[in-house]
Amino acid sequence: MAEARAVQPQFPTLERQNDADHLGMLIFLATEVLIFGGLFAAAFTLRIEHSAQYAMASRAMHYWLGGINTAVLLTSSALVALMVEAVRAGRARLAGWLLGGAIALGLVFLGVKVTEYAIEYRDGVVPKLSAANLHGGPHELFMELYFAGTGLHALHVTIGLCLLGSLLWPFGRARRDRTAVLAGNAALYWHLVDIVWVFLYPTLYLAR
Amino acid sequence: MKNVRAILCTWAALLMLLALTIGASFAPLGPVLPFVSYSIAIAKTALIVWLFMEMKTRDGLQRLAFATGFVWLFFLFTLTFVDELTRSWIGH
Repeated sequence: MAEARAVQPQFPTLERQNDADHLGMLIFLATEVLIFGGLFAAAFTLRIEHSAQYAMASRAMHYWLGGINTAVLLTSSALVALMVEAVRAGRARLAGWLLGGAIALGLVFLGVKVTEYAIEYRDGVVPKLSAANLHGGPHELFMELYFAGTGLHALHVTIGLCLLGSLLWPFGRARRDRTAVLAGNAALYWHLVDIVWVFLYPTLYLAR
Repeated sequence: MKNVRAILCTWAALLMLLALTIGASFAPLGPVLPFVSYSIAIAKTALIVWLFMEMKTRDGLQRLAFATGFVWLFFLFTLTFVDELTRSWIGH
């Protein structure tokens, strides 16, 4: 990480530069909160306007698949938090294994998600593509919100996996940087993806 | 590796809150359920933000930068609900 850790001319010290790197990431994450916020506002509106149909649509969801995925993401987030600790302690090899575990769990999440989409296609509750069992407008709106929300989230999981993967290759040297700037920022992104799912789960699966 | 214990405890607490939120969704809570669900979600988020995202040890500027997203989110939700929840008052 020799050249990446060099102090750029606009910063008086390396410490200031590291702070700025984290600050930039946090500002970006604040905008991510708002991207998903719009979808949640739409979901709340739908729930207020059509409470009964919303609850009916939510009861038809496979809550146990969502629950498994929540546990998978929370565990993955814990591994990433441990990874940052390992990087700070100078244990790059351990950090690599923890990253591998976190990435594997992220892939499990996507696998479960794809399985769930396939089940929903078979059940005939996918708007436009297989809409045989959709009951009216609010149900269709709910499923559209579901695919928009979880689809956008799955895209973020994929980007997060690429970021975490980049700490194995090509930025493997970042794991030997004991200030954990790059590793810490990738971890922040992964935790935010986790937080979004923490809210998507009760919104879509647990409204009864 | 001084925070390992805190991270593992947080992880255990998060999984317990997950079990709680699933359990609560089957309880006969009626219209109170969303409040319970989202209280638990906010508790989980607080744990993740404070301990996993290390807001506990970050300086004020970094905390503020991250909090801005939630401040604007609060405006968005407030204005949405002010509209949605008061429509019936004027016989919509």
